[in-house]
Amino acid sequence: MESCNCIEPQLPPDELLSKYQYISDFFIALAYFSIPLELIYFVKKSAVFPYRWVLVQFGAFIVLCGATHLINLWTFTIHSRNVAIVMTTAKILTAVVSCATALMLVHIIPDLLSVKTRELFLKNKAAELDREMGLIRTQEETGRHVRMLTHEIRSTLDRHTILKTTLVELGRTLSLEECALWMPTRTGLELQLAYTLRQQNPVGYTVPIHLPVINQVFSSNRAVKISPNSPVARLRPLAGKYPGEVVAVRVPLLHLSNFQINDWPELSTKRYALMVLMLPSDSARQWHTYELELVEVVADQVAVALSHAAILEESMRARDLLMEQNVALDLARREAETAIRARNDFLAVMNHEMRTPMHAIIALSSLLQETELTPEQRLMVETILKSSNLLATLINDVLDLSRLEDGSLQLDLGSFNLAAVFREVINLIRPIASVKKLLVTLHLAPDLPEYAIGDENRLMQTLLNVVGNAVKFSKEGSISITAFVAKAESLRDPRAPDFFPVPSDNHFYLRVQVKDTGSGINPQDYPKLFTKFAQSQSLATKNSGGSGLGLAICKRFVHLMDGHIWLESEGLGKGCTAIFMVKLGIAECCTESKLPAATKAGMNHARTDFPGLKVIVMDDNGVSRMVTKGLLVHLGCDVTGVSSGDECLRLISQDHHVLFIDVCMHDGYEVARRVHEKLTKRHERPLTVALTANSDKATKDQCRRVGMNGVVLKPVSIDKMRSVLSDLLEHRILL
Amino acid sequence: MDVIQMQRTWVEYTKSLYREGFLDSQFAQLQLLQDESNPDFVVEVVSLFFEDSERLLNDLTKVIDQQQGVDFKKVDAHVHQLKGSSSSIGAQRVKNACVAFRSFCDEQNIEGSLRCLHQVKQEYYLVKNKLENLFSLEQKIVAAGGSVPVDELGFL
Repeated sequence: MESCNCIEPQLPPDELLSKYQYISDFFIALAYFSIPLELIYFVKKSAVFPYRWVLVQFGAFIVLCGATHLINLWTFTIHSRNVAIVMTTAKILTAVVSCATALMLVHIIPDLLSVKTRELFLKNKAAELDREMGLIRTQEETGRHVRMLTHEIRSTLDRHTILKTTLVELGRTLSLEECALWMPTRTGLELQLAYTLRQQNPVGYTVPIHLPVINQVFSSNRAVKISPNSPVARLRPLAGKYPGEVVAVRVPLLHLSNFQINDWPELSTKRYALMVLMLPSDSARQWHTYELELVEVVADQVAVALSHAAILEESMRARDLLMEQNVALDLARREAETAIRARNDFLAVMNHEMRTPMHAIIALSSLLQETELTPEQRLMVETILKSSNLLATLINDVLDLSRLEDGSLQLDLGSFNLAAVFREVINLIRPIASVKKLLVTLHLAPDLPEYAIGDENRLMQTLLNVVGNAVKFSKEGSISITAFVAKAESLRDPRAPDFFPVPSDNHFYLRVQVKDTGSGINPQDYPKLFTKFAQSQSLATKNSGGSGLGLAICKRFVHLMDGHIWLESEGLGKGCTAIFMVKLGIAECCTESKLPAATKAGMNHARTDFPGLKVIVMDDNGVSRMVTKGLLVHLGCDVTGVSSGDECLRLISQDHHVLFIDVCMHDGYEVARRVHEKLTKRHERPLTVALTANSDKATKDQCRRVGMNGVVLKPVSIDKMRSVLSDLLEHRILL
Repeated sequence: MDVIQMQRTWVEYTKSLYREGFLDSQFAQLQLLQDESNPDFVVEVVSLFFEDSERLLNDLTKVIDQQQGVDFKKVDAHVHQLKGSSSSIGAQRVKNACVAFRSFCDEQNIEGSLRCLHQVKQEYYLVKNKLENLFSLEQKIVAAGGSVPVDELGFL
């Protein structure tokens, strides 16, 4: 054999097996060479790749492995020793590198793995963030929906609109299939279907309120999922096979009384409505939390909006009621006014109509009395007179009283002779009293003023009434009338606690006491005494006429005169004392303001009209002068006649009270002016009156300009002169 | 003549004077002013009236008869006086005549004035006659012991 360094393969070459091994080795080598190439290619491409060193190492390891397999190809057949050495070197190198790589990988792989886990973690985080973003977005959208819904709901105060809008908007926002509102009935025992979204006019379905499902919903303020088969949810025939999920929420119905200050968060209301929402059937939709929250918020908003609407309705109703009441009151007031006016008109007419025939009857009866009559006739006439007087009194009483009640009665103030009033009353009452054999005495205190200012007629009426009552209710005995000025201490009477007389300089309180010995007053009857139309039964004898108005009227008059009236009696059969106090003014001058009527048969009475009044008459016409002088003398004046201005100025002095000037005289006005100049002080100067035949305005103006106190038209009658003088003296000017 | 008869005549006569317009209510006032303390008041006033009026009428005649032109101012003044007197005693017709006279004076109408003067004079003499009759009747009544029945005039 030749000595070659060829190495024999270990195994005898099996032809087929070695062929396959040869091919596989070839391909392994190829692969081993291409992997690193790919690695290098892709790493170069990628931007981020740590561990390049590892790659190199790895690459080397792979290359060497490939080289090993490549060289292995030559070892299938006989091969030289060099090949074997190369093979061995390659294998050793490969072994070194692979061990090194293996050692390196122990460090590197955990690192790589951790990178991977971090990557996974980050991915998860990103996914989570995405989810959260989605949530926020949906929440924001929910918020927007809620705001919009609230806006829609709150933009109206009409309850119907509120509820309808709620359902519509909710349906739209949440894409619901059906949305329904159940309201509690009046009895509170059932829930009635009030509004639905899809059906226009819901028929009155009712459901008892105490179902477990309803209780469940009512007991929580959250939206609660309920079964689609529950009676509140079964509103329409099923559209599809699988009904959508149903949620129900309570809507509190608030009342004004529910808002107690300290009790805000807890609603003590017991009334709820039920809102039921259904998702579309056959959709895989589920109620999401945010949707449920939306529903809860909406329910609360609806509650508030409803309560506002309720309050508004309430206040509108109250306002309408008030307006109606106002109108009714106004109408009533107008009717009352009309009634009062009608009554006043009626009274005025009746007053006149009734009095006229009454006067005729009374006058003619009086006249008849004066003629010659047989005793029977006289009796008849007297009865007629008495009855008609009574009737006249009654008419007057009623008319007076109604005017008094209205408050439209005013006193006619004037100055009058106080003693004369009493005397007149006595004169009027004396005949009746003497028939009944009653003694009437009058005692006037000496310090009573002679003249007083007040309503003479009404005072007389009051006095007459009181005295008349005394006479009426006394069958025997005496009537005593006393009048005096009430002193300050006696002014306040314990019986009249609300009577506060205030004495002053210009006024005095007249106190009149009328004591009788008649039947007295039952203490029980006392309160009724001054009431209208109330007469005590026990005293209603046959002779007591009248309507029971007398004392009531007296009381009114006395009150008008700032006074008080009351009765005292010790009991039945013990007589009675009527006491009244009225406020009267003190008259300053003693001239009577009421003038007696003129009589023509020359009664001297007229001479006392103006006693001692000093007058000058200036008239150049002798006849006129004489007539005027005669007139004034007839009235009791002390008259001086002058025929010229000079004579007048010579004679005029402050003693003279009045100066009559015929202003047709050429120096008439001049004299008036000169008189004013001469006697400038007002209280010293005599009053100047122009006598003229002209009644035109120019004359009047001229008179006024020179300061004359009045103008009188010639010729002057007695009455005219009298009234002129009295006006002048009272008012210092001719009105 | 019997007092009562005289009184009745007096009443009738007075009433006729009023009826015929010679006297008006002013005269009645004068009659009212006559009383016990002033028993001759009416007679005195009327006498004064007669005196005054005659004087005035004479003056008037003189002024109007002036050939050199009539001084209407004076005429007016006189007529004014006469008017005043007559109205003071109630001589109605005299007063009315004076009023008419005055309007002619204003117009300065001599013819008219003359005519009015005649009218006034006529009325004056008439009423003077009547009043003198009345007073003589009154005197007779008083002399016979009666009193002038003023209150029987009734309508005053």
